[in-house]
Amino acid sequence: MDAGLPAAAAGPPAGAPSVHPIAPVLELRNATKTFGAVRALIDGSVILYPGEAHALLGENGAGKSTLVKILAGVHLPDSGVLSIEGAAVALNGPAASRAAGISVIYQEPTLFPDLSVAENIFMGRQPLRRLRRIDRAEMVHRAAAVFTRLGVSLDPTRPARGLSVADQQIVEIAKAISFDSKVIVMDEPTAALTSVEVDRLFEVVSALRAESAAVLFISHRLEEVFALCQRVTIMRDGAFVRTAPIVDLTIDAVIRAMVGRDLDTLFPKTKTEPQAVVLAVDRLTREGVFTDVSFNVRRGEIVALAGLVGAGRSEIARAVFGIDRHDAGSVEVDGRKLPNGSPMAAMQAGVGFVPEDRRQQGLVMDMSIDHNIALASLDRLSSNGIIRRVAERRLAADWAVRLQLKFSRLRNNVATLSGGNQQKVVLAKWLARRPSLLIIDEPTRGIDVGTKAEVHRILDELVHQGIAVLMISSELPEVLGMADRILVVHEGRLAAEFSRAEADEALIMAAATGQQLDVSA
Amino acid sequence: MTAALRAPSSPTEPSSARRRSESLLRARELGIILVLVAVFSATTAKNHAFSNTASVQQLLAGASLIALLAVGQTLVVVTRNVDLSVGSVLGLSAYIIGDVFKSHPGMPIAFGFVIGIGVGVVVGAVNGFITTVAKVPSLVVTLAMLYVVRGIDAKIVSGKQIDPTSIPRSFQAVGYDDVWGIPWLAIIVAVIVVIVGFGMRSLRAGRDLYAIGSNPDAALLAGVRSGRRVFAAFVFSGALAGLGGALFLAEFATVSATGGSGYELNVVAAVVVGGVAIFGGSGTVYGAALGAVLLNTINQALVAAKVSAFWNQAVAGALLLAAITFDRWLALRVQRRDAERGQRHAT
Repeated sequence: MDAGLPAAAAGPPAGAPSVHPIAPVLELRNATKTFGAVRALIDGSVILYPGEAHALLGENGAGKSTLVKILAGVHLPDSGVLSIEGAAVALNGPAASRAAGISVIYQEPTLFPDLSVAENIFMGRQPLRRLRRIDRAEMVHRAAAVFTRLGVSLDPTRPARGLSVADQQIVEIAKAISFDSKVIVMDEPTAALTSVEVDRLFEVVSALRAESAAVLFISHRLEEVFALCQRVTIMRDGAFVRTAPIVDLTIDAVIRAMVGRDLDTLFPKTKTEPQAVVLAVDRLTREGVFTDVSFNVRRGEIVALAGLVGAGRSEIARAVFGIDRHDAGSVEVDGRKLPNGSPMAAMQAGVGFVPEDRRQQGLVMDMSIDHNIALASLDRLSSNGIIRRVAERRLAADWAVRLQLKFSRLRNNVATLSGGNQQKVVLAKWLARRPSLLIIDEPTRGIDVGTKAEVHRILDELVHQGIAVLMISSELPEVLGMADRILVVHEGRLAAEFSRAEADEALIMAAATGQQLDVSA
Repeated sequence: MTAALRAPSSPTEPSSARRRSESLLRARELGIILVLVAVFSATTAKNHAFSNTASVQQLLAGASLIALLAVGQTLVVVTRNVDLSVGSVLGLSAYIIGDVFKSHPGMPIAFGFVIGIGVGVVVGAVNGFITTVAKVPSLVVTLAMLYVVRGIDAKIVSGKQIDPTSIPRSFQAVGYDDVWGIPWLAIIVAVIVVIVGFGMRSLRAGRDLYAIGSNPDAALLAGVRSGRRVFAAFVFSGALAGLGGALFLAEFATVSATGGSGYELNVVAAVVVGGVAIFGGSGTVYGAALGAVLLNTINQALVAAKVSAFWNQAVAGALLLAAITFDRWLALRVQRRDAERGQRHAT
């Protein structure tokens, strides 16, 4: 996609800084930050040049977020030097960071749901008329102009509440662009986006580079990093490891540098023999959401639902589990029909459901690790309605060991765990019920590479034990790497089914976007 | 910038969408006015005296104090806080003003208002300071302040009472005089409502308050100085409660240690009935003021209809419940529809 860019956008040569013809726009050297006893950042260093897309890579806990927050002015580093266009600065607040020309797009969009899209973009710097009144017409006009620059059509006057995650991301990007920032930090902007939306984002980044902004891009999806960035900075355990031009690196080399060891493979799926059908979905329909969806899942196989966000994948899973009611069709588990709209009945029939959003739906963030693990098994753990604390603790400890959970104490709050380990807690919660079918929505969203592989290994072990897995994933490598069969959803209908052997990215994308398959063949 | 991005979304119609969101906002205030008209005409049908000039004047004057306090309360509630100390502040302010008039009979009446506002500012500043600096939930801070201020009030009063003879005539006139039939009280409060309503909609400081209540984390990241703004909201609420004390004294010309007791709950009720989200982020001072007028009109209507005072409270409570339930229902509907729109958008 770089081919069409003007010469200036080709950016600085990807060589060592010493031979750089252009001065860096931002330089952070040897930044440190401690929170209490935790050394979050030991050596945070990154140098950005105008017009480059620069990847910042590292596992969760490597110190990326702390570095980002220093650039955002949320944290002041304990030591180290930050200079912008050669001048040392101290960013003592988000406003200072912004004034210095830095915009940060966070992984979780930070919008005001009650306010209009335009006001979200211009909060705190609304255009004014006489008497310091806010000029609403001008504000809406400017917001519309930014959307035009981005080539998206979004109504600036609508409230932010109810926007899809992708659109929320667009608003965040519009905000960053409207500042005419010199440095734009994107913290996992693609985690919630589908391929089409990611392509759009990439075009935006190219356009930003063409205007010689520097983009610091953080993503766990290495394929994207290789497609988008010119240089890479890798961090491990709070410290700088190396910065290198992307052309000098391979995905393997990056992963090795990130984890400091070899990963056998990200997708350790081994061959299994599918057995009896566990889940049979017959002509399931929810009006306006999905239509005539029929498929089954057998013991010992992983079936993936692929497709664009909004195609109805998660909604199908929710209806199967009974969170949403369906209007027609049926769901059978082990040959018995599930009542419509009853998650309780689905659970009793042996279905587990790991939702997409673990913070909101999968975990009780204010509760301890062991309570969270035991939460779905309380009926088995109590006698006469009183929970047996010892049994609860034993169950939690057992699963924590089995899933190699990294924790200090089981009584600690689940919020103290990293994203990957939180996901393991959600898995443990459902596995403790010994389900025959596990529905798992975006199993590794926002999880670092090391833990990702572990979650995949757990899924592989589960199917070997004869559990059936229905997986929803927006990451094509994950779908291709893990699934035995792939069902592609397009606009609420099953558009295609592929076996593991015949599937490839082009086929899935074609089906997901509703294109005729013979084109790619 | 020339990024040619193809949006997968359907074409939008800003004008119709704007009309939709604004009409939703107006729906609330219009709804209150409709209920108000219905209550008023139903009561008039039953008791004709209800719509005569004196009765309407009394309705307006009676609602003024609660409406005034509701304006300040709206600023606080919009930021996800609450100020329960307003009733006590009103009582303390009224007594102190009266006491000063008693000891300095020749004092210009403007000083009375200044003193009242000053008392409110001090208490509001303490509320705001503890809430924003010590990060104690405002529910607790202002509940405690309700008792502290009432205690101070009782100590200062210690059994005495302010009676009309010590209040200057011209000061009392603010409480009972009118301009072309409209009570001064109502005029003062209406002017304040309009000014604050303008500020909340059209000044950055006002929008900051909504931002803080809508998403505190995002407000911080957007560079909004949340602490300062919330502090100011408390000071403002206190100042209006102090001014309320002055108007209370002007209206009744007498005040004891219990003046203004229980006002805080009426004020919160008016704010919620007026469509201010109790969890912050939305609602207008116009709605809150109308809420106060509605609650007062219903109370008076029940009196006019000779319903026992006991039912007054029950009806106010039922109205509160109905308002909150309606709000939730409306919010859920809007959310569901927006989600559907968003989904179509993404596909």
